[in-house]
Amino acid sequence: MNGRTSRRGLLFGTAAVSAGAFLAACTSNEPKDQGPAADSGPAADDKPGKHVTIGFAGPQADHGWLNAINDNAENRAKKYSDVSLEITEGSNDTAQQIGQIETLINKKVDVLVVLPADGKALTQVGLKAMRAGIPVINLDRIFNSAQAYRCWIGGDNYGMGLNAGHYIGEKLKDKPDAKVVELAGLDNLELTKQRTQGFDDALRNYPNIRKVARQAAEFTVETGQAKMAQLLQAQPDFDALWNHDDDQGVGALRAIEQAGRDGFLMVGGAGALSAFQAIKKDDGVLKATVLYPPTMAASAIDLARALGQGKGVGGLAEFEIPASITLYSAVVDKDNVDQYMPTGFR
Amino acid sequence: MTQHASPPRDATGKLPPAGRLPSWRLMSARADVRTLSLLGVLAVLVVIGGVTEPDSFLDVRNLQLILTQASVIGVVTVGMTFVITSGGIDLSVGAIVALASVWATTVATQEYGFAGILFTAVLVGLGCGLVNGVLVAYGRMVPFIATLAMLASARGLALQITDGRTQVVTVDSVLSLGERDAYVLGIPPLFLVFALVTVVGWLVLNRTTFGRRTVAVGGNAEAARLAGIDVRRQRLYLYLLSGLCCGIAAFLLIVLSGSGQNTNGNLYELDAIAAAIIGGTLLSGGRGTITGSVLGVLIFTTITDIFALNNLQSDVQQIAKGAIIVAAVLVQRRTANTT
Repeated sequence: MNGRTSRRGLLFGTAAVSAGAFLAACTSNEPKDQGPAADSGPAADDKPGKHVTIGFAGPQADHGWLNAINDNAENRAKKYSDVSLEITEGSNDTAQQIGQIETLINKKVDVLVVLPADGKALTQVGLKAMRAGIPVINLDRIFNSAQAYRCWIGGDNYGMGLNAGHYIGEKLKDKPDAKVVELAGLDNLELTKQRTQGFDDALRNYPNIRKVARQAAEFTVETGQAKMAQLLQAQPDFDALWNHDDDQGVGALRAIEQAGRDGFLMVGGAGALSAFQAIKKDDGVLKATVLYPPTMAASAIDLARALGQGKGVGGLAEFEIPASITLYSAVVDKDNVDQYMPTGFR
Repeated sequence: MTQHASPPRDATGKLPPAGRLPSWRLMSARADVRTLSLLGVLAVLVVIGGVTEPDSFLDVRNLQLILTQASVIGVVTVGMTFVITSGGIDLSVGAIVALASVWATTVATQEYGFAGILFTAVLVGLGCGLVNGVLVAYGRMVPFIATLAMLASARGLALQITDGRTQVVTVDSVLSLGERDAYVLGIPPLFLVFALVTVVGWLVLNRTTFGRRTVAVGGNAEAARLAGIDVRRQRLYLYLLSGLCCGIAAFLLIVLSGSGQNTNGNLYELDAIAAAIIGGTLLSGGRGTITGSVLGVLIFTTITDIFALNNLQSDVQQIAKGAIIVAAVLVQRRTANTT
């Protein structure tokens, strides 16, 4: 009798203790906003959830792509009733951007999205935000330390070159002794080197193709025109041109028109609206452009919201958002340009 | 004002400290040596270009290309030469080109066609020049500071007007001026404008009272004032002139690139100053040569051309450019000492 009671008591006691521990585990998990425990679904969706204040700090929008970054971020944030966006005036001045991010930290925003003018120089303030308990989504230009951000999302410069090279390679693979030229961007930027490296690596797959010339412009219309005019003079005969940037491509196309040249195909980079329109019209040398999508800013807002609500990303099995996302540098040509047209920036 | 009433020709002739003026002949002899040495450099470059890339360099189209590419910065350099000759400096030329080009290519202006674009570009250039001139001449600001301020604000305004976007030109009459069909006897219209600006600039600097006053102000401003020159008004005119040149250059750039962009004219100030200095214009003022400046521009453009034809990268180009500036100035110092 005694034994039975005591055994029952023991069993009951154990159950009670473990249930208590289980409950404690659940409740202690809740206020941290980490993990999926409190929500039924692990992935963020369009349904309103917990309110999230997102701080956004970007560089000065001095050209089309960065403008598109700001527009994408703002429009995406407006889409969500549970998100409010604190956006700072863009600046290319490192000190000023640090100040702006510190202001956002002091305002105690829930999540920070930062596109640093200079990733290395802003690493410290990223660390500061993370230490203050504000997770950072690092957009595009990467911080020096993995501790300075919770998630990085950005474009793939190497992939741009690679895909441009493969596109040109496939177009020219049956042409013996094909010649290509490259109009690169600002040579003192790491991204320009990566784009060139990817292009060269892709071309190695096509032994019939040779890169005969490369000139570096400065991502501006003016330099695009000047350098392209030179390339055309230097190379009386070539089959394809890979131009790193659609903005300098406006100048390059002008030089091509002024020289009255055709007979080659041109592949651009970035995904400007004017490039999409020219590709769609298909009445010039520009046949395709390789994306460096400004929609990454909209995705960064999505990630920030998911992070603020303690959710994961739809379509993935994980309960948390990933630590890094590298976008795909899709090739947009006549076949798929309509799909991408709304993402084109001016 | 009363001083101003005296005949300027006599007045400048009486200037002992700016005494380079009476020794006209000696100066022109020196200038000839300098011009010849610059022509020599250009000739050497042509030989180098011809030897390394005979097919593409010694081609009419390449000559046309060099002349076209030299035109925009060339017009700016003519204006800069005047300012430097007067002992001043204009750091805002690139920014003014940018502002004039974006203002002239905003959609509202493009509705007025060719004339709308041309006049807006020139007016914006003149307006910026006026502000520079008033600040320097009547605000007694150091030219370096006044034009640095203009550099910053004109670039800022250009960015604000465009919102960072490239303004694509849709006016055919403007665009066609840059096409091959518009060439006059094989000469690009842009270069014709550059040549016209050069000739007018040379005449004004060397054959007019205005030019002599410019040299006098640069040589010794106080002496010039005592001699009856309205130094402040002269300075105002000089910055206006530089602004005008920037406006014209902006229009040429619009024709050339088919667009206006706030990044236009990047570092023009340094290119124009470099061309003027290797041309033989004294940075301290008092001596200026339009011929030298134009040769300086042509030398730089030809180097860029040769480098591009030989497929050299931009880092090498920049190193060479720096070396040439140093070499040119050293050679000039030697010739200046020996004559």
